[in-house]
Amino acid sequence: MADTILVVVEQREGKLNRVSWETIAAGQAIAADMGWTLEAAVVGSGVSAIAGEVAAKKLAKVYAVESSKLEPYTPDAFAAALKQFIEKHPARVVLMPHTYQVRDFVPKLATALASTAISDVVGYKHDGSKLLFTRQMFQGKFVADVSFTGTGPGFVTFQNGAFRADKVEGGASVAPVETVNVEVPDGLVRNKPQEIFKEAKQAVDLTQAEIIVSVGRGIKEQKNIDLAKQLADALGGELAASRPICDNGWLPMDRQIGSSGQTVAPKLYLALGISGAIQHIVGMKGAKSIIAINKDSEAPIFEIADYAVVGNLFDIVPPLIEEVKKAKG
Amino acid sequence: MKILVCMKQVPQKDAPLKLNEAGTWIREDVSYEVNEPDAYALEEALRQKEKHTGEVVVVTAGPARAQQVLREALAKGADRAIHLEGDGFVGLDAYNTARAIAAAIKDETFDLVFTGLQSDDYGYAQTGVILAEILGWPHATIIMQIEKTDGGIRVKRELEAGFFQFVDVPLPAVLTIQSGINKLRYATLIGIKQAKNKPMRKVAMSEVQSALGDNLQKIEKLYVPQKSKNTEFLEGSPAEVAKKLVEKLKNDVRVL
Repeated sequence: MADTILVVVEQREGKLNRVSWETIAAGQAIAADMGWTLEAAVVGSGVSAIAGEVAAKKLAKVYAVESSKLEPYTPDAFAAALKQFIEKHPARVVLMPHTYQVRDFVPKLATALASTAISDVVGYKHDGSKLLFTRQMFQGKFVADVSFTGTGPGFVTFQNGAFRADKVEGGASVAPVETVNVEVPDGLVRNKPQEIFKEAKQAVDLTQAEIIVSVGRGIKEQKNIDLAKQLADALGGELAASRPICDNGWLPMDRQIGSSGQTVAPKLYLALGISGAIQHIVGMKGAKSIIAINKDSEAPIFEIADYAVVGNLFDIVPPLIEEVKKAKG
Repeated sequence: MKILVCMKQVPQKDAPLKLNEAGTWIREDVSYEVNEPDAYALEEALRQKEKHTGEVVVVTAGPARAQQVLREALAKGADRAIHLEGDGFVGLDAYNTARAIAAAIKDETFDLVFTGLQSDDYGYAQTGVILAEILGWPHATIIMQIEKTDGGIRVKRELEAGFFQFVDVPLPAVLTIQSGINKLRYATLIGIKQAKNKPMRKVAMSEVQSALGDNLQKIEKLYVPQKSKNTEFLEGSPAEVAKKLVEKLKNDVRVL
């Protein structure tokens, strides 16, 4: 029996979630390093077209795991379907992107298979035949190399941006696609999901902004946000924030950057009083240039900053606004 | 509504952390606080109790110091607490932590179990979902709103990029609660006083040991991340730093 890596790609309402390409890139890299076989699966109802899309890439086989009960998504149906599939198609590791949907069912699936999941992984290493998965801990202050110590299939979920979708290798020929019909008994699915919707009309699309000035807890009070707004205006940029600022109602939700808000890749991301918690960083680490001002020299934001100032933003931002205005003439 | 809230004590957000000698964990001589999402979970449970009457029970698994999280919860209005007390609980993986909690509550009949969506130290976001599987209950994650319905509850599930979804879930169920679902209350002086007389049940590791298995994953090494970026630190007085920043904005970032 070949050592198999299974990538479970994500589809939402009939469309492949593009982050799945990053997971395939991870799978291809691990397969190459370990000499293992790479396979992929897509789970849903009427997903053969998506399976076909994935089959164009360099991998051994693609499965369409089908049942009418798999649309819409529920954790009961997905966990049951994949448990059935994996029991018949054993894998050494099962890889998925760390999306909200995957978080909703993977721990259930792993437990049902008497196994475990290593979540939100940013990389991997191998020590001979032993695979180690690297993940951030303590809000990014440290990283851990984690190993599987059991015998079951090891589940791994990858953080957005940990691998690059553009690194996916195409296949020399189209991989075979097999449809696997799974049984989801009546009464198994307990949740009744309604339509997915967007809350309020988005007033600002931060993904289009070239320059973003973003505030975190270090801004201390709502009235201080005006200082950041002045800097944003002087630079001709948009104002954004980390989650706690939006939770407090100091800025509307459409200004939120992070795993639950918007993901941006502007020319400049200027982070004021933002510590750099993982859920925020995933939303902005793709920025071309990152400048961070924070009074805590240990703040994880400094790990990804191009230019860093350890200092009090209330001392630095006012003269910065003046200098920017001067430079613009 | 009888609600169990699973709470975790984690190092304070801005606490300076140091690695232990073995490089496998942090040194524990730091200040601790309640895991922030769990504080929101507790607040939500208290509000549900205020709306529908019932009982709020809080549970934590950890060393003696973790009792503080339970005391604060009782002071805010929780009715009783369960402390799975022991140093051994720190090293358990999420699967074992969930098994320990399930064992400790096996004689209880809760309608709902809340956890925060993830912890600030590990950030795995698993314990609640694993607990639902062990209990054989339905679950929903990253919840921003809970309404009681005839058939159970209707929850508002947060998705990426500003999307949401309502889901009807029958009871009993496990929910993982998202930060910002509500505004946290402060404990009152009366609450703090009353907390002293509220039941605090201690559960030793030996009582739940038979429910546990081996950990299925292991932190081989914990270390400071290697920097992949060449960060340039700009120093000087605020006026000097402002000038340096503008130079970078002009010549390197090219936005001026």
